[in-house]
Amino acid sequence: MLPSDSTKKLSFTRCIKDGDLVVVYERHNVMKAVKVCETAVLQNRFGVFKHSDWIGNPFGSKVFSNKGGFVYLLAPTPELWTLVLSHRTQILYIADISFLIMYMEIVPGCLVLESGTGSGSLTTSLARAVAPTGRVHTFDFHEQRAASAREDFEKTGVSNLITVGVRDIQGEGFPVEFSGLVDSVFLDLPQPWLAIPSAAKMLKPDGILCSFSPCIEQVQQSSEMLRSKFTDIRTFEVLLRSYEVREVKNFLVDEIGSPKFPPRKRRQCSREESNAQGSSSSSTIMARPCGEARGHTGYLTFARLKCLF
Amino acid sequence: MAENNVQSNSVQNPRITWEGCSVLLDINNGDRLVFSRLSAGATLKIGNKNCSLRPLIGCPFGSLFQIDNGEEGSYLSRVLLSTEDDNNKQENGDCQTQDESRDNREIIDNNKAQSLTGDDIDELRRQGAKGDEIVEALIANSATFEKKTVFSQEKYRLKKQKKYAPTVLLRRPFARSICEAYFKKYPDRIGFLRVDALSLLLSMANVSANSDVLVVDMVGGLLTGAVAERLGGTGHVCNTYLGGTPYGMDIVRIFNFDDEICKRIVRCPLSDLSLTQNGTSEQNSEQADPCKMELNEEISSAVSADEISPSQHEDSVLLPESTVSPGNRIGKAPKAGEQASQEVIKTWKENGFSSLIIAAPDLDPWILVKDILPLLSYSAPFAIYHQYLQPLATCMHSLQVGKLAIGLQISEPWLREYQVCSHTYNGKGASIKKSSLYANERIRWLHPERNKNMQQLTAAPSF
Repeated sequence: MLPSDSTKKLSFTRCIKDGDLVVVYERHNVMKAVKVCETAVLQNRFGVFKHSDWIGNPFGSKVFSNKGGFVYLLAPTPELWTLVLSHRTQILYIADISFLIMYMEIVPGCLVLESGTGSGSLTTSLARAVAPTGRVHTFDFHEQRAASAREDFEKTGVSNLITVGVRDIQGEGFPVEFSGLVDSVFLDLPQPWLAIPSAAKMLKPDGILCSFSPCIEQVQQSSEMLRSKFTDIRTFEVLLRSYEVREVKNFLVDEIGSPKFPPRKRRQCSREESNAQGSSSSSTIMARPCGEARGHTGYLTFARLKCLF
Repeated sequence: MAENNVQSNSVQNPRITWEGCSVLLDINNGDRLVFSRLSAGATLKIGNKNCSLRPLIGCPFGSLFQIDNGEEGSYLSRVLLSTEDDNNKQENGDCQTQDESRDNREIIDNNKAQSLTGDDIDELRRQGAKGDEIVEALIANSATFEKKTVFSQEKYRLKKQKKYAPTVLLRRPFARSICEAYFKKYPDRIGFLRVDALSLLLSMANVSANSDVLVVDMVGGLLTGAVAERLGGTGHVCNTYLGGTPYGMDIVRIFNFDDEICKRIVRCPLSDLSLTQNGTSEQNSEQADPCKMELNEEISSAVSADEISPSQHEDSVLLPESTVSPGNRIGKAPKAGEQASQEVIKTWKENGFSSLIIAAPDLDPWILVKDILPLLSYSAPFAIYHQYLQPLATCMHSLQVGKLAIGLQISEPWLREYQVCSHTYNGKGASIKKSSLYANERIRWLHPERNKNMQQLTAAPSF
């Protein structure tokens, strides 16, 4: 997934090989991660796709099934992975992920701690941000979940940047070996305040902590705990709203005719224009917010470790 | 002088300032944000006082400074925060809040509450009183202070502290802080690109080490700098432009980029990139329309589109390469924004760019993108920012009709900051203890603040 060496880099000449991970794209909300295997097939509502037909084509190619149906084969990215990974827990989505990575000032070379690992949605993006020289140590108290996460990181090719540990961070804190070495700590825990004292020990002075919590009560209790050792404590919510775009044909612009939709738009077209065209309709590109949007996910609380010396 | 050069070339601890480093100064907890370069002669004006920035050199980022009055005038001195202090303050807060029955019924706005006059304060200063002591004196002489609720007491204290004991917080310039500061101060210079939208652009365009990212940056270099920060001295960010004059990218100089990162920031006119493809071009054709992915953004709020030259605010713009004499550069730090070399342009033509980001408030995204898309590798993600929705809608429609990309999406991020009222009032000074929180029903916990305008842009996931 990450171009750690030039042979893995996306290019005009990089073709799909046996063993590659591809994201099979049907529609923007129907995608699936598939490991290419020469002898395997993919079956879906469009028919049967032989992986062997895919090998040798560039990423982004449109490929056909036995029945003539088609899908696209995309190169995986952390954003795509977030949409296709198997949910073992509630996951973080793109709006929160991108915002928190920027807000935590995570750049190549950073040492980052995360707990819990969950499904590894954020971890993959963290790995991208610290690459090529940094490292992410992620912890989950659930042994089997940690193991699945390890497998996933192997599959997506980011395992060289991530260490998955099994540990109850709320109960035991982070391992002392990281004391004072860490650039940023991310907490997604039910009782983050229990892990905050340990997180403070791990961070370098001026290092940043971020805690994700769905409920404001959790935020409040965490903020209280943060106050003694941290400064710049700020809480945000990020939402993403999507728009749908369509071309409206026969869009009435005649002053006299009864406008179809939406009436207010009539003003946008001048009288001369419609007269000149001698026609009362035209086509217009319009956008409107999509009906369904993901609502509240959680609050992101950021804080910086105070500089005491 | 020679010493400085040595210093600036040696490896820096990025968490400690050095002479010549760029810093962001946060004055009075976000009231004012100032970018500065630390040097012995640099000064900062706070109120009516000019303070030298010299005391900031060699301090860790995150350090807090306060203005003290000395014999030679005002100077900045480091405030060492200690956790113990805070604990003491909490204790103090405790007794005040056991039963909060005060409100504002007794407060009359007649300007008579304060018995200290301006002359009294000047006298205190002459006697060498520190800012904090003046604040305490003001409180002691306020007839109404004790009648206020703890919340308004705290507010009063903060207000006086800002005036009589202003603080300066030393911050590292990062894409995040630079974007926030510009958005607050000169949003028009960065095309009203807010930090959440910028972060989405970087994610959606899969900006990662070793990638070659093409950008059309008409937001003063903020985008180029943000991409370079994520590349960390690997890959390239190519800042391309239409016509013969590169777009300004002064903001790049605010980041403390080392030589390695600067080398990776190059410029190239679009015409040089799009000359007919060589060698591999037969692959371009047919081969089942390999698709690019996309992502967009928009903003809905109305802002005037007057163009402001991105170069007018910092000292000088980077000059076009013609003025660079090669002899001069030997031994000099590489400058960000050199012309891309022929070799690197050749590799881009052979391999394509890994991704594309456009933030060009004054250009039609569709006109741009239709020429640029062929420069991207197959399956490469791209992200386009615009402050307005309509140009993106038209662009997206054209891309769909032309079957040029899949996974197109327009989205708008929406950021809201919350004021979390906890036991302690946010800020220095008095605090309120735990019990009060649950006791006091008037606490408003959620209070949207800061986002006066709801616009936003943004980028959307692509594909």
